[in-house]
Amino acid sequence: MIQNADRRMQIYGALLLLPAAVLLATFAYLPTVATLVNSLFLPGFRGEPATFVGLENYQLLIEDDTFWQVARNNLLYALGTIPTSIALALGMALLVNARLPGRGFVRMAYFTPTILPMIAAANIWMFFYAPQIGLFNALLGWLGLPGVNWLGDPGVALGSVIVMTVWKEAGFFMIFYLAALQSIPPELEEASNLEGTSRWSFFWRVTFPLLMPTTLFVLINALINAVRVVDHLFILTKGGPNNATNLLLYYVYENAFSFFDRTYAATITVVILLVLAVVATVKFTVLDRRTHYQ
Amino acid sequence: MNTSIASAARPSRRFSLPRLETVAAWLLAIVWIFPLLYAFWAAFHPSEFMVRFDLLAPLTLENFADAWEQAPFARYYLNTFALVTGVVLAQFVVCTLAGFAFARFPVPGKDILFMLVLIQLFVFPEVLIVENYRIASGLGLVDTITGIGLPYVASAFGIFLLRQTFKTIPRELEDAARIEGCGWMAILLKVYVPLAKPTYLAYGLVSISHHWNNFLWPLVVTNSVESRPLTVGLGVFSAPETGVNWATVSAATLLSIAPLLVAFLLFQRQFVQSFLRAGIR
Repeated sequence: MIQNADRRMQIYGALLLLPAAVLLATFAYLPTVATLVNSLFLPGFRGEPATFVGLENYQLLIEDDTFWQVARNNLLYALGTIPTSIALALGMALLVNARLPGRGFVRMAYFTPTILPMIAAANIWMFFYAPQIGLFNALLGWLGLPGVNWLGDPGVALGSVIVMTVWKEAGFFMIFYLAALQSIPPELEEASNLEGTSRWSFFWRVTFPLLMPTTLFVLINALINAVRVVDHLFILTKGGPNNATNLLLYYVYENAFSFFDRTYAATITVVILLVLAVVATVKFTVLDRRTHYQ
Repeated sequence: MNTSIASAARPSRRFSLPRLETVAAWLLAIVWIFPLLYAFWAAFHPSEFMVRFDLLAPLTLENFADAWEQAPFARYYLNTFALVTGVVLAQFVVCTLAGFAFARFPVPGKDILFMLVLIQLFVFPEVLIVENYRIASGLGLVDTITGIGLPYVASAFGIFLLRQTFKTIPRELEDAARIEGCGWMAILLKVYVPLAKPTYLAYGLVSISHHWNNFLWPLVVTNSVESRPLTVGLGVFSAPETGVNWATVSAATLLSIAPLLVAFLLFQRQFVQSFLRAGIR
């Protein structure tokens, strides 16, 4: 009788999981496996079936200078956006957490870019970066300085994209720091004031270590975003000039939907999946020792 | 150093120079909000005032009229609205059922299944655009609003959040409902769902802003005005090579962000709280 009821519970539970399982299988697991499989094929042209070529696509990938450039761009993009936006986010949180006239407005100003779609943010920054009528060059012109081709100069373009991304992301990370700061007991600061600790060393010895879990959490999110979000490239640079701002996921898009090379696109996707797997492993092993899923 | 903290704690009545931190905070705030203010400036003035800041420049709504005329924004609004509503409602249903199962049912291999679900926190539909496009086209979902939304319905994140919430609800409430003759479905709807309202609100707001703003997958899977959401419509409209007037582009940009921006300004606290609760988008 009890065993029967238990069995019924199991079946009921499985039925509850069914819709999610079917959808996840269709749009997450199946495409992941298909990506891995497809990276081992060459596309069949004119309706011919795809041919199995083993690791040939990976060979192509290794010999593809553009791929290496794109991978390097993505690394620079991550190194350019992540530490800057985390540092800014922490700074913003510290500023907004203190007594400050007009605190509500300041906090809103920091957070608002987070609410905008990346496409809209890119449109707005286009007004700044555009070569002739852009605001930045107009400002330089008023100062009597020559204009910069912010998005057309291969040496500058990636930097311009990074600056826009930092603007968009910092406020989002700020709210996590702000919440963490507010959970630090005020007695700690009172005690350190009694001891005469300077604010500088209080920050580095007390606040910053206490914020470590938040920093790790934000870092994971920032890493994911660095490989996942390429929307702004569609407006700002389309990966150009000469692939100077091309990022991995945008390169996947180009290969799949502009060059119609589906299997090569799958091969690059595998690289992205590997990066995400590393991030996920770090999260589940290092981070979750602190924050338990219970 | 200590004196400045002490004086900050007691607001002084005398006029004093603002502290360095205050100046820094305000400067940064002005820099941060400036791009948005600039978009407003450009949208409400004739295009010759794009880089001419004249306080007496004539205000105009012409740019908005142009944008509205040159692209089917009404249709884009409708599509985005249908998309966001559909995705959030479907996510609520699917994630509630799965979260309930993970929280309360002895499904064999539950822990492994849950880990499998969590993988989707890292492998998003937009990373798998190539294969997801093939699957969507195999299911006849290309260029439909369902096609844009369906890959996001079984959200690992929603399942995770609801499971956490359901686990905190005391079993005694469930037992009480059962004594009154409620079945599992009634228990879910009358006990668990009402008590998880704050989670639904937080998750709903995060999900709405994510799908309102989502671009890459909708771009890939749509190819006509009938299904394009606002972001994709805006992207197509404002691509630099179309040569649309800039003032019009900034009006169009404001048009597409307005509803979410207004909602955010009205319900700032709820938005920020939701993002915090939700943690990961």
